[in-house]
Amino acid sequence: MKAAAFDYLRPADLGEALALLATHKDDCKILAGGQSLVPAMNFRLARPAILVDINDLNELDYLRADADHLKIGALTRHAAFHRPVVEGPLGTLLAKVVRYIAHYPIRQRGTFAGSLSHADPASEWCLVAATLRAEMLAKSVRGERVIAAGDFFHGTFTTALEPDEVLAEIRLPAMAPDWRVGFYEFSRRAGDFALGMAVAAARVEEGTIREARLGVGGVADRAIRLGTLEDQLVGKPASSALIDGIAREARGMIEPNGDIHASPEYRRDLIATSVKRALTEALA
Amino acid sequence: MPDKRDVTLAVNGKTYAVSVEPRRSLADVLRDDCGLTGTHLGCEHGVCGACTVLVNEKPVRACLMFGVQAEGKTVRTVEGLADGDTLHPLQQAFWENHGLQCGFCTPGFLMLAAGALQENPDMTDDDIKDVLSSNLCRCTGYQNIVKAVRLAAREMRARARI
Ligand SMILES: Cc1cc2nc3c(=O)[nH]c(=O)nc-3n(C[C@H](O)[C@H](O)[C@H](O)COP(=O)(O)OP(=O)(O)OC[C@H]3O[C@@H](n4cnc5c(N)ncnc54)[C@H](O)[C@@H]3O)c2cc1C
Ligand code: FES
Ligand code: FES
Repeated sequence: MKAAAFDYLRPADLGEALALLATHKDDCKILAGGQSLVPAMNFRLARPAILVDINDLNELDYLRADADHLKIGALTRHAAFHRPVVEGPLGTLLAKVVRYIAHYPIRQRGTFAGSLSHADPASEWCLVAATLRAEMLAKSVRGERVIAAGDFFHGTFTTALEPDEVLAEIRLPAMAPDWRVGFYEFSRRAGDFALGMAVAAARVEEGTIREARLGVGGVADRAIRLGTLEDQLVGKPASSALIDGIAREARGMIEPNGDIHASPEYRRDLIATSVKRALTEALA
Repeated sequence: MPDKRDVTLAVNGKTYAVSVEPRRSLADVLRDDCGLTGTHLGCEHGVCGACTVLVNEKPVRACLMFGVQAEGKTVRTVEGLADGDTLHPLQQAFWENHGLQCGFCTPGFLMLAAGALQENPDMTDDDIKDVLSSNLCRCTGYQNIVKAVRLAAREMRARARI
């Protein structure tokens, strides 16, 4: 199992990388952590003629927090999140979620932006981005644009990115200290892709939910933000009856896919369980 | 035949000047072009961990990096663990605790543990198990690998205190 021949280009900065992408477009692929692309190349499922290796673009290796956002540069590796990168609930959530992504050595190379660009339906970062309403900053020689998470994911392995664009930065909305977060994932072995998972976050004031975020992943062609259920949570007192009701509704709302790993029926049950456990953690 | 590239690799403190196709994995370059066959290949798609080496002191899958990408980085393989005839504490502990049977997975486990202990010398048992879940072993049942890493970590901490 060896990759087919390709030409290897290693730009030194973003400008050079964008120029290469503009020239070669569909003939080339960006090589970031390589933890999804290289297995696909070894299987010969992917045979790009040219690889544009962005690993020397140090200008994209950053994490910046301001009042509104956590800004994640494209070369930020999964492992950067092993310890909370910001104080408060967002850093806690990311540090919890990252442990479910593949394994320790894979997390040393794989990147946050690579996960989003690859858009595996069972990607934890895609679920986080969709649920927390991330914004993606795409750059090309034509300029730059900001894409909302809701418009970014088009389905399994497909996104709004054009072949000449680099996903340069992901912006996660900042979370005030009074948010509470929860995450639950089920997979058969440590490090395996999720068969079902959920992210929940809530801001509770004197027992009443003021704001809520809820999403599920690994069950359809992309992560699903459950906006109508978020609305149903708001204004209600947090209780186990409320959580049970929301979990039941989530189970009925989604038409999960089936594959050799899990049937649709099994995944439907996982949706209910994941939502219940993630919400219970967030509202505890 | 596509063009070969001249690549200079720094492996275990030595410099290797090789000429390789870009498509060759770092693992293949180490084995075939540098003659360092201690790095093993099992699955070649990132699942088994037999190919784990340290790149800039971090454990990575050498089947998921291309050799050309290692230019300008330092690489450490299992051949670089021992100090002459003196085994590394991890190697010694694997030997003493029956942490290997056929030995195919062993170089990967050693480099994985070496890299993880460099980042955190005080790993708890849960940390150790979490890290070791990265790699596959078909023989040992893992218990003796966990034990070996736990004891090696203790030995390495003791030596660091002296
Ligand atoms: C054994 C194994 C288990 C895994 N388990 C999980 C898991 O449980 N959960 C999970 O989420 N992932 C898992 N992964 C995948 C891993 O998280 C990858 O790191 C991630 O999916 C892709 O990131 P990368 O940086 O490695 O991207 P690459 O593999 O380099 O690229 C992936 C794709 O994205 C494109 N791309 C990369 N960066 C950019 C960018 N900045 N702009 C535009 N396009 C870009 C590439 O051209 C390519 O098409 C696993 C991988 C392995 C090998
Ligand atoms: S050979 Fe690299 S992980 Fe299996
Ligand atoms: S000792 Fe045989 S595979 Fe691990």
